Amino acid sequence: MLEYIDKIKEISTRLLTEKKVDIIIGFRKGTLPMSNEPCFAKNAEDIKSFVWDSNCGINLANYLPNRKEKIGIIAKGCDSRNIVTHIIENKIKRDQLVIIGVPCKGMIDRKKISDMFEKEITEVTEKQGKITVKGNGVEKTIEKSKVLQENCAICIHRNPVIYDELAAEKVEEQKNVDRYEDVRKVEAMTPEDKWKYFDNLLENCIRCYACRNACPLCYCPTCFVDEAKPQWVGKSQDPTDTRTFHFLRAFHCAGRCTDCGACVRACPMGINVRAFTKKLEKDCFELFNWEAGLSMDERPPLDTFKPTDPDEFIK
Amino acid sequence: MKVIKIDKKKWAEGLNKLRAAYQLIGPVKKDTYHDFQVLDKDQLPDFDFLNTRMSPKSIAFPQSEVMLQYSLDEAKEDHHIMKEVQKDASPRAVFGIRPCDAKALMLVKLNFDTSDYKDPYWIQAYEASTLIGMACDNPSSTCFCTSTGCGPYNEEGLDVLMVDIGDHYLAKIISKKGEELLEKAGWKTSADDPSLIEKKKSQSEAKITSAVETKNLKDKTILDLYEAPFWEDISFSCLNCGTCTYVCPTCWCFDIQDEAHGKKGVRMRNWDSCMFPLFTLHTTGHNPRETKVHRVRQRFMHKLKYFMDKYDKGIMCVGCGRCIRLCPVNIDIRTVCDKMNNFKASC
Repeated sequence: MLEYIDKIKEISTRLLTEKKVDIIIGFRKGTLPMSNEPCFAKNAEDIKSFVWDSNCGINLANYLPNRKEKIGIIAKGCDSRNIVTHIIENKIKRDQLVIIGVPCKGMIDRKKISDMFEKEITEVTEKQGKITVKGNGVEKTIEKSKVLQENCAICIHRNPVIYDELAAEKVEEQKNVDRYEDVRKVEAMTPEDKWKYFDNLLENCIRCYACRNACPLCYCPTCFVDEAKPQWVGKSQDPTDTRTFHFLRAFHCAGRCTDCGACVRACPMGINVRAFTKKLEKDCFELFNWEAGLSMDERPPLDTFKPTDPDEFIK
Repeated sequence: MKVIKIDKKKWAEGLNKLRAAYQLIGPVKKDTYHDFQVLDKDQLPDFDFLNTRMSPKSIAFPQSEVMLQYSLDEAKEDHHIMKEVQKDASPRAVFGIRPCDAKALMLVKLNFDTSDYKDPYWIQAYEASTLIGMACDNPSSTCFCTSTGCGPYNEEGLDVLMVDIGDHYLAKIISKKGEELLEKAGWKTSADDPSLIEKKKSQSEAKITSAVETKNLKDKTILDLYEAPFWEDISFSCLNCGTCTYVCPTCWCFDIQDEAHGKKGVRMRNWDSCMFPLFTLHTTGHNPRETKVHRVRQRFMHKLKYFMDKYDKGIMCVGCGRCIRLCPVNIDIRTVCDKMNNFKASC
C-alpha cells in the first residue's frame, strides 16, 4: 500500500491547484510508531506531508459532518461506506465531495503488535506484506496478515464503494470469510455468562468517550450522555451508567455500523468496543440482508418499512 | 540525607510488617499494562514497568468521589440536609510512584491546597499517604521529564526514593514520613555506597532523548499565542475525547453532581475534561468554547501558558508522555509546546 502515496499526492495536488476542492483530508506521519494523524491540506505544500501506509486506521469520514467547504477526502473501503451513510443521513452533500478512493489491504493493530513485545517499540516499517518492528535492541519481522486489526482481517469491502478518483488498481476482495465467529460465541453463552462477558469488557472503561468520538456515526449535536436539562445518565464510574452508555450507543449504530474498527483503535484502555456493535451488524445482515453504506439508493433497514419484513408483529 | 539498603530477600518481609500500620498501594500488572491498586494480603507491588497506564493522581483525587450525603425521607428530621461522609483517613503507603507522577502531585497541590482554599478531600487523602518513589532507569521514548523541571530521579513530592540496584534497593529518605515508614518495615541498614544513586541518576538522565523547549513561553503575550495561526491545524484531528485529560497526572478538573436513588442521595465529584463541550456549556445554552479549536487551545494554553503565568512554577506538565501514547489521533504535546515556544507574532 506504500506505493499508493505518490498517486494520492498527485491527485490531491491536482484537485487543489485546479481549485476543485478547498481542502483535502488525509493523514500525516505521526510522532509515534504505528500512529498517523488525520490532517488537512489547503495547498500543494501541505500535501507534501501526506502519508499512506497500514497505520491509517482512523476513519476519515468522521471529519466530514457539518463542514461547509468543498472537500477532497481520502477514503479506504470502510471510510467510503461511512461517507455513503453520511450522504444518506444528510450530514454532507455528495457534490461537496471529491472522493479519492484507496483500495485497502488492511490496517495493522498497534495494540496487538505492542503486546507482542516486552520492550517499547521505537520503529515499525512495512514492506511487501511484512512488518518489521524495532525497539531496544530487538528486531523482528512479522507477516502483516497476522497483525491486522480484527475488523480488517474479516473485511469483505476493501475497495471503496464510492469514489471520484482511484489511487490504485482495485484489490481482490477476501472471500469465504467467517465474519461472525466471535458473535456466535457470545450468542451461545447463557444470559449470566453474557452479562459477565460484557461487564468484563467494560471493567476498564474510563468514560472518555474516545470510542464515540472516533465513530463517524456519532455526530448527534448532543449525545444522550451529555444531555443536561434534564440529565439522562450519571457521570460517575457506576457500572450501570457505563453500561447504559455503551449499550445505547451500540443500538444507535444498528444498521449504520460499517465495522470500521475506529472505536477499538481509539480506545485508550484497549476495550474491544466492536463487541457491542457486531451483533447488531450481524442481525441486520441476517434479517434484512443489509450491510451499511453500500448503496446510496436504499434506505437503511431501521428507517424504512418493507412488506417483506421478517417480523410478524410489525405487519 | 540518609540512604538505607534494602535486601530484596527482606523486601516481602518488610512489606508484611507495614501492612499492620498502612494500607499498601502499588503498581500491579493486569493483562498487558500496570496500574495502581490496593495490594491484597501477600501481594507485592510489581516494578517491571515503564510507567502505569493511568497516573496515580487518583490516590488523592479519584475519578468519582462521594463528598456529601443526604436523605429525601421527610419522616427523618434531617432530611434534605447535606451531611459529611465518613472517609478513610488511615495511613496508606504508595509504592512505585515514578518521580514524574510525584512531581505532578505537587503541581495538583497548588490547586487543592492554597492559602485561600483547602480541598478537604484531596488534602486528607494526600496527608494520609506516604509516597515511596521508584527511580526510573529505563525511560520511554515519550518521556521528557528532564525538560519540565523534573527528572527520572527527581525527589519532589516523594517521602522516599527507591533505586533498584539488582539484588537490593537503595532507599533515600526524603521526609520524616518516609523515615518512619522505613523504620516500621525494619529496614535499617545504612547503604555502603550512597553515591551509586548519583551515578545511576546521570546514566538515566542521559537516556532521555525527548525534550520540549519552554524558555520563551513566559515572555509571549497570552493574546499573541491565543491568536496564533496554528490552532486550526493542531486541533483538526482532535476527537474531543477525554483521554488526554483523564490520563494526565496534572489535570485536576472535576464536575459536581447530585445523584439520588430512592430516598437516599449523594453529592459527588467526577473528573471532567475541558475537551468536552459540556464543560463550559452555560444554562442559557451559550457555550464560550463552542468549537473544538477553542477547546484544544484551552487545554494547551492552560498547561503551557496560563499555569506558568499564574504560579511561576514552570509548565503544568511533568513529561510523563501518557497523553502522547494514548491519544487516539496522535496529538503530541511536545509538538504543540515547540510551536508555542517558537511562535513569533507578526506585528
